Amino acid sequence: MKNSPYIPSTDTDKKEMLSIIGASSFKELLSDVPEKKLFPSLNLKEALSEQELVEFFELLANNNLASKSFSSFMGGGAYNHYIPSTVKSMIQRGEFLTSYTPYQPEASQGTLQAGFEFQSMVAQLFDMEVCNAGMYDGPTALAEAALMACRIKRNNSIVVHQSISEKSLEVIKSYSKWQNIKLINYKDINQNDSSEYGCLLVQSPNQFGEIEDVEKLSNEIHNKNGLIVQHTYPVSLGLLKPPGQLNVDISTAEGQPLGVPVSFGGPFIGILTCKKEYIRQLPGRIIGQTVDKNNKISYALTLQTREQHIRRESATSNICTSTQLIGLMVAVYLATMGPEGIKSVAEICYHRAHFLASELNKTNNFKLLSSNFFNEFIMKSKAKPFEINELLLKNNIEGGIDVSKNNENRIMFAVTELNSPETLNKTIELLGGNFD
Amino acid sequence: MINKELPLLMDQSKKGRKAINVPKYGVPKAELPHSKFLRKGIQLPEVAQLDLIRYFTNLSSLNYSIDTNFYPLGSCTMKYNPKINEQISGISGFSSSHPNQIDENVQGNLEIMYDLQNELGEITGLPAVSLAPLAGAQGEYAGLLIAREYHKQCKQDHKNVALIPDSAHGTNPASASMAGLEAVTIKTTKEGDIDLDDLKDKANENIAVLMLTLPSTLGLFEPNILEITKIVHDNGGLVYADGANLNALLGVTKFGELGIDICHSNLHKTFSTPHGGGGPGSGPVMVAKFLEKYLPYPHIKKEGRKFKQYKPKSSIGRLNGFYGSFGIILRAYVYIRSLGEGGLREISENAIINANYIQERLKAYYELTSSRRCMHETVLSASRQKKDGVKAIDIAKKLLDEGFHAPTMYFPLIIEEALMIEPTESESKETMDKFIESMIKISELSKSNPKEIIEAPINLPVERLDEAQAARNPVLAWKKQ
Repeated sequence: MKNSPYIPSTDTDKKEMLSIIGASSFKELLSDVPEKKLFPSLNLKEALSEQELVEFFELLANNNLASKSFSSFMGGGAYNHYIPSTVKSMIQRGEFLTSYTPYQPEASQGTLQAGFEFQSMVAQLFDMEVCNAGMYDGPTALAEAALMACRIKRNNSIVVHQSISEKSLEVIKSYSKWQNIKLINYKDINQNDSSEYGCLLVQSPNQFGEIEDVEKLSNEIHNKNGLIVQHTYPVSLGLLKPPGQLNVDISTAEGQPLGVPVSFGGPFIGILTCKKEYIRQLPGRIIGQTVDKNNKISYALTLQTREQHIRRESATSNICTSTQLIGLMVAVYLATMGPEGIKSVAEICYHRAHFLASELNKTNNFKLLSSNFFNEFIMKSKAKPFEINELLLKNNIEGGIDVSKNNENRIMFAVTELNSPETLNKTIELLGGNFD
Repeated sequence: MINKELPLLMDQSKKGRKAINVPKYGVPKAELPHSKFLRKGIQLPEVAQLDLIRYFTNLSSLNYSIDTNFYPLGSCTMKYNPKINEQISGISGFSSSHPNQIDENVQGNLEIMYDLQNELGEITGLPAVSLAPLAGAQGEYAGLLIAREYHKQCKQDHKNVALIPDSAHGTNPASASMAGLEAVTIKTTKEGDIDLDDLKDKANENIAVLMLTLPSTLGLFEPNILEITKIVHDNGGLVYADGANLNALLGVTKFGELGIDICHSNLHKTFSTPHGGGGPGSGPVMVAKFLEKYLPYPHIKKEGRKFKQYKPKSSIGRLNGFYGSFGIILRAYVYIRSLGEGGLREISENAIINANYIQERLKAYYELTSSRRCMHETVLSASRQKKDGVKAIDIAKKLLDEGFHAPTMYFPLIIEEALMIEPTESESKETMDKFIESMIKISELSKSNPKEIIEAPINLPVERLDEAQAARNPVLAWKKQ
């Protein structure tokens, strides 16, 4: 009797096929495998029936806080936003979910046109000319953008602004370590000398939520013959000036906030956009519009001579995914929200975050460090962040991130449209009083 | 399958339409940032919800997929993606769990990651496992960084060469370049194996790593594997196995017992997570115990009854924002737990029998690249058909017309007019028989009426595309007509 419900062949089918193959047993097909290394034992956990799987994994899910809390102030690179029903419904379609990279465009127009919509709408949101079909996640998109800028400028020095998050910087280090790349701290640059750099990396809103003067930084690095790469929070672009209007050359982002669940950090999608003149150095998949034999508009992967399957060791990157399904989520999200929806969501995030920050700032327990932020901010606190979070958790609220520095208590809160006014008021009430 | 043009959303857009209502602010308005930071106007489509749903639903119907068609795309392991994987990954305790939570609030997630690390270690015989890499190519890259870091700590900084067979996937040399290694090509023999003489010639003290795909991209198990790993080790190099074809080896043999030091596995191939039209994937890296301290972080360990993330002592670093592709990791673990040892062994047995069955039935019609029995996939050549003017690409397009997705074509590069067919264990004999009959019909047609093949496809939403124009004059985003 078979163990797997996912395999159709019966014992009779197998016998019949083996007899046509001319083999008396499965083992006979494996004559190239060293005999003494054949059929090792596999000490694995026991198989569960489908019903037992559901029970088993529900128990595990219950060991996560997420199953209990109903509102969250946690950000730091992944954000809880509302995911429209349209997004959830579309990605469940097997025709999208279980197809592969569109190597045969005639049989993949659905994936290709949806991907072209992703590229178009993201390019519009960023006001950049070109967007590729998707990277792994935000930090890897930023790292690849930095390497791309170095190739364009033939200059291997990357200037890192203090706005870049620690995690992104760590990824940039593991991507650049063996490529003779020099990482330079922005603060160590002399604006008046004649040195030149490959690029400047800036994150705005920055790793602590503050809005940076990207235009000023663009001018600075352009004077040093380098490109500017802006990493951003895509929802903020419903309110804030987009990279394309800040003289930015390449812009990246974590695409997760656009309709994708936080899902313990992945799968996410890296957004990578740039000026059109740089497309030959762009890594990753790109979908282009063309026509078929009958002049009918159609879509195909294009500019593939940049890629590993053709260029091998000289490719722009080793990447060969576009995280297409997550790109579909983003496309359906942006189409659902439309220009008014994305603007409203950004404004709700902004006003609710500023409301929470200013109300907490009025209490004796907190002090706001900067009010020039989008939806994420840092407060100095009397209590230790874990005490604050424990108190919130007792009331089914997931607190902020502990960013304490030199024995000074600091906590970072992110506020989105999912934090209702009731939750904000409750939070203010809870955190405004005495902690015991 | 519908055959009408579906205009882009921007061309359907009409001012005043919307697909969703959003909440009100619900709080007093705050002062906005300085106007130089503010945006004026956003261009995005305005569509009603039904039109949006109809658009994307109609788009989906233009695709071939595993759920709708036999998809024998070699090297991609297009097996059934069980629905229970999707259902469980959607449980809100998983999908809503935030990656910046402290360990004690995400014990369920960490336990799943810890257990999957162990299961993959057991399956491959390489017990130290990191689930961080976000795709196969990133798993490869992680493997190479581990090799570099190891040599560096052994004070062998001069080791800067990656030996790569000419049959390898393009990602292998591309990853080697990113890791600052010089890619040196090793020849393949006529029988499809690594040329031992060429390997011996090129193996020297500068070898950092040999990148080996096992079974090879020709669908063959490397018969000299033990000698090959010994040659590399004798030169102080490490052996990395590209696990793209691991679907052939579950319970058949273990990388770790063959002298292999590092491997990666594509969870979206062997372990049934959906390909999603080209990602997201996941490419865990597995290494021998002596390389554990180099694994990327965060890595998961168990202390007493608690699960914790930590940074291995000589870690190669961080490869992504958080833990890896957790939603994919979860699906793969559900799959492994739904099958256990018995079910996993059946995968490779059936995948190998199916591929040999197709090979045997088609070998009278198409040129075989090797006379040997194959593993989980077979590489045929359309060299005979080419004499009648029918190329691999034409056969691929004709198969689309017959309702099958095409095999992988023109890969591996060393095979003329290659058609690489991987049926996987998921397909029934009846489905394969229909495919085989179509392949035989096409072979006969290539003599009697080659034009019919060359003009394919005619039954799909579009006919052959002008891909040259797409590259010459790139249109990469919507533009106002």
